[in-house]
Amino acid sequence: MTDLLNAIVLLSNFLIIPGLTYGSQLALGALGVTLVYGVLRFSNFGHGETMSFGAMVTILTTWGLQSIGVSIHPLPTALIAIPVGIIVTIFFTLLIDQTVYKYHRTRKANPVTFLIVSIGVMFFMGGLIRFIIGPGDQIFFDGTRFILKAKEFKELTGLDEGLSLKMTQGVTIITAIIIVAGLFWFLNHTRTGKSMRAYSDNENLALLSGINPRKVVLVTWILVATLATIAGTLYGLDKSFKPFVYMQLLLPIFASAIVGGVGNPVGAIVGGYVIAFSELIMTFAYKKVVLYLAPEGTTVDSLIQLLGTNYKIAVSFIILVIVLIIRPTGIFQGKTL
Amino acid sequence: MGTLLILVGVFQSWSVALTIFNLCLVSAIMALGVNIQWGYAGLFNVGVMGFAALGGLASVLISMPRVDEAWKAGGFGILAGFLIIVTTVMTCLIIWPKIKKNKRWRYWIIFILVILGYSGLRIFFDPGVRAIEDVNPSVTGYLGGLGLPILVAWPVGGILAAGVAFVIGKVALGLRSDYLAIATLGISEIIIIIIKNEEWLTRGVKNVNGLPRPVPYEVDLQQAAWFQDWALFLDLPLDDASSLLVKVCYALLFIVVIAVLLWLSETALRSPWGRMMRAIRDNEVAAGAMGKNVTWQHLRVFVIGSAVIGMAGAMLTTLDGQFTPVGYQPLRFTFLIWVMVIIGGSGNNWGAILGGFFIWFFWIEAEPIGLWIIAHLTSSMEPASPIRAHLLEGAAHMRLMTVGIILLVTLRYAPEGLIPEKKRK
Repeated sequence: MTDLLNAIVLLSNFLIIPGLTYGSQLALGALGVTLVYGVLRFSNFGHGETMSFGAMVTILTTWGLQSIGVSIHPLPTALIAIPVGIIVTIFFTLLIDQTVYKYHRTRKANPVTFLIVSIGVMFFMGGLIRFIIGPGDQIFFDGTRFILKAKEFKELTGLDEGLSLKMTQGVTIITAIIIVAGLFWFLNHTRTGKSMRAYSDNENLALLSGINPRKVVLVTWILVATLATIAGTLYGLDKSFKPFVYMQLLLPIFASAIVGGVGNPVGAIVGGYVIAFSELIMTFAYKKVVLYLAPEGTTVDSLIQLLGTNYKIAVSFIILVIVLIIRPTGIFQGKTL
Repeated sequence: MGTLLILVGVFQSWSVALTIFNLCLVSAIMALGVNIQWGYAGLFNVGVMGFAALGGLASVLISMPRVDEAWKAGGFGILAGFLIIVTTVMTCLIIWPKIKKNKRWRYWIIFILVILGYSGLRIFFDPGVRAIEDVNPSVTGYLGGLGLPILVAWPVGGILAAGVAFVIGKVALGLRSDYLAIATLGISEIIIIIIKNEEWLTRGVKNVNGLPRPVPYEVDLQQAAWFQDWALFLDLPLDDASSLLVKVCYALLFIVVIAVLLWLSETALRSPWGRMMRAIRDNEVAAGAMGKNVTWQHLRVFVIGSAVIGMAGAMLTTLDGQFTPVGYQPLRFTFLIWVMVIIGGSGNNWGAILGGFFIWFFWIEAEPIGLWIIAHLTSSMEPASPIRAHLLEGAAHMRLMTVGIILLVTLRYAPEGLIPEKKRK
């Protein structure tokens, strides 16, 4: 019995909690990609940099707050800096939309042109971010590191395996739940949210019913900037902020959005967790779990690992490619909000 | 363009100008490859990096000497593993038409076959890999290559990339344009991750250094009597003259390649085949209705374009003299090449080449130019001011912004690029 409990705790500690955290970050990112795809109808390659930009503004604000001594001690200061990051990012994305995307929208450019335009935006924002904060690693986490320490857990339960819950993990999961609930409430129960869904479902019909397309686009960018800032900051808090990493994060995010069904918010969330968990499940070393579960005296030579940890990112791409080939519309048929 | 390079020669040094020129040539060839896919056929391939890396891999596998000890230690495991992969794939391909109708079980059967194949692979493969990587890990630790002249690697790089492109094209070309983009981006990342981690094949992050050269070495030149006379005649220091000559040799080789490729692609573009490709690009449905096999033609042009990119990748690795898997970044190897094609003028081979030169030049020179501008703008500030220091430090990142702005401006004000596609009748 204790062996079984030990195995469960071991799995929760190294698989379930990290999977939930990473999955939440991916889900928030994928929601942004999906919103752009559903309403503006293109794959936004600049989304990773938008996340990075939001995180950067939050970091700069956090430093400012720290220097004047503001703190909400057990929680990281970045949480009160996020609103500033969101507002600045909203203004920045709207500025980009007005100066760059609007022209192509009025000309009804095809999705590929939009995609190339978003690559240009990606270059520009990437340069701007590196220019402002530099390409290096920035750590802006403060507050208590652990909500639950492995040692305390061991003393509490008397098990051999410890379960630890980092502050960043707890914060990420709870924030993600709140944000996602808020987003769904907005999309399903407010007038603006409903008009967004109608616009995404059938543009011409929505225009005929008197929905203002400018407002829909505006609200979409506001939502996208908010989601991107939160996702970027949470990722930065959990790992560390490095401009270069967000570019790499773009592909798992796309993978999440497409696996779930691009354009579909529920799909984006499910996709995020599917990608996160498959990455971890494929690269987890099951040796200790097997030792706990197997009868006494069994010896295991290898790590019982399906793929080396280096292949972690590759797993999400492989899933992406398989889904694109077998079922391009994703788990939930995509295309509308 | 030539004037700009001469300016660099005068202001910085001729050696720098020639280095930029060589890389411009390689970039131009990559841009040519992308142009074949995008400009001729409208295929949105964002996997340039993967094909370039495959070309680089080919130059390692062709030119490096064979490591006999490693072959003895782990060759059997690797070969057995390879055989198992081939058998598994073949079995799947043979069995698929037979089980295709069984909607419930077909994916499960394939899944089980793959699992079986994978387990078998791991049993033979892992000990082989370990044995190979243990052979003198600081110097070799990999299987080595064939020890052939590196010029052979250029076409081989093309063929390798073409082979992989064929497989990718078979599965991914049916996708819509932006899905194809994401799929190719993902596949190119997978290729890079494999190259980085399969140390028995590529030495991974330990890099392969000292690839043989197709041109003479500086040291040999400096000792040759004819060269000493020549340097004296030109009134240049011996080491400068030798490095210049080496770079000129590379440039000549590259120019030959680019001339041949350009001639081939221009001829292809003018031929009935080129006309058909443009028809398919402009209206797939109509071309299909006229009896053209759209899928097959797409696959063909995808393979040809990738082969050109692979060849350029092999040339680049040859020029560098080393294979560094970590150096393959999508920003530099995929998106930058795309910017070259768009700015040069998609659909026009000369445009792609001009774009390659232009963008590579600014990619390299944006840093010194940016530094110069900022140094001048901030010259009124205190020399020790932290803002000035930050700005000067940030100037290095001007290149990303510059390229982004150039791309956005082109797309808005000159969407056809510097040299628009010629309207042929």
